[in-house]
Amino acid sequence: MLDLQNLRKAFDDHVAVADLSFQLNKGEVLGFLGQNGAGKSTTMRMVSGVLEPDAGDALINGHSIVSDRRRAQSQIGYLPEGAPLYRDMTPVTFLRFMADAHGLPRSERKNAVERVIADARIASVAGKPISALSKGYRRRVGLAAALIHDPPVLLLDEPTDGLDPVQKRAVRALVARMAPEKSIVISTHTLDEVPAMCSRVIVIDQGQVVADQTPKALADSRPGGLEEAFIALADSREGGA
Amino acid sequence: MIAIDWSGTLTGLRAAWRREISAYFATPLAYVFVAIFLLVLGIFTWDLSRFFDTGAADLAPFFYWHPWLFMMFMPALAMRLWAEEANQGTTELLLSLPVNLPGLIIGKLLAAWTVAALALVLTFPWWIAVNILGPADNAAIALTYAMSLLMAGGYLAIGAAVSALTRSAVLAFVIGVLVAFVLTAAGWPLVSGAVADLLGPSAGDAIAQFSFLTHFETAQRGVLELRGLAFYFGFIALCIALNTLFVSHRRGGAQ
Repeated sequence: MLDLQNLRKAFDDHVAVADLSFQLNKGEVLGFLGQNGAGKSTTMRMVSGVLEPDAGDALINGHSIVSDRRRAQSQIGYLPEGAPLYRDMTPVTFLRFMADAHGLPRSERKNAVERVIADARIASVAGKPISALSKGYRRRVGLAAALIHDPPVLLLDEPTDGLDPVQKRAVRALVARMAPEKSIVISTHTLDEVPAMCSRVIVIDQGQVVADQTPKALADSRPGGLEEAFIALADSREGGA
Repeated sequence: MIAIDWSGTLTGLRAAWRREISAYFATPLAYVFVAIFLLVLGIFTWDLSRFFDTGAADLAPFFYWHPWLFMMFMPALAMRLWAEEANQGTTELLLSLPVNLPGLIIGKLLAAWTVAALALVLTFPWWIAVNILGPADNAAIALTYAMSLLMAGGYLAIGAAVSALTRSAVLAFVIGVLVAFVLTAAGWPLVSGAVADLLGPSAGDAIAQFSFLTHFETAQRGVLELRGLAFYFGFIALCIALNTLFVSHRRGGAQ
């Protein structure tokens, strides 16, 4: 469903993503890990069509993000880092806008908006201005927007950032519910989230894959578990640099 | 052959238009804009042009101010169109949508143009007043209104394109007014005359042909010139192309 082929992006002299390749199948939930600046968000932006890769490609359900961007983007639900939203809108009007922009037929829009409001559990704030919502609710509105067209591939950049434990649990449950039918990439540096949500982990550093395993295998690779394994991977690269 | 993806363009256009109209009217922005525009235009027409003292049944003293006021008001209306997206981080949201960028750009421009059209429509009491004063050439007035609306689109297109260059709406406004001033004053006899004195009459004429003022004055005389229409439509198309270039530059990694 998702096939990254030698993706590369540089900003001036700094190579943010260097020939990154991996595949993700339906039913997989990928924890996309890395330190700050490792290239996670740049990768997500390239796969979602926000940034143009300098080289390489990403196929989403067979559609190239480089040569067939609109079709590829229609297969993706994207929650950007920080969940940017129009603060003057309410969640309902914002979700209607997103349904419009995804070209949902008028007859399906109302049901789609109601479905994602229920999925993201934002019914109690659906009519309030987004500017008045807490960070957690804003992130859930962003999540609802990513789901509005029921895409087969989901890219979620820090989906649980700013959520309280109850909200985090709700997002985990939502991901688990959607997982069998979708390919989901969750970019995070909150390691606790990974075993709870992900079936696979890719760790990147300096824009390259340094580990690709199940969360359990990665955790078992070091005595201190997932956190120690993650730090060891980062340290080994720092030492080698 | 280049195939145009009409479906992706129209979807983006419609969504962006609705979003921007909602943004203009959900806040006091559109109401304040229209109210201040009508007030300032009214004061200028009534007081500075002494509209009722002339006793003439034409709207020349009213239309005279349009380019000069649009030069200030239209960049104010357009300044937030893209600068605010960059400031709030929502450009990323827009660029991730399965729509064509020109559709989003035209949709936003049309939304601002809709507000400008509303402001122009609400000047109808002047048209009624001139008909009360005497027999007016309503066909010429209608033509001048249409050209005024087209000219407003030109000024808005400048403001929208400039707003894609910065995160600051205020900076977009200042740059937009400066560009609009140059394109207005180039047709002012004081400026085109000075250019003619310095570089020759043909240079003065050439400069004036690039001015909004020149083509609008032709319409005010009741003459519909193909050259004027081509100028405004061509200029708007150029600004949309530049706007598309500036926004798509962000896909390359520009912040």
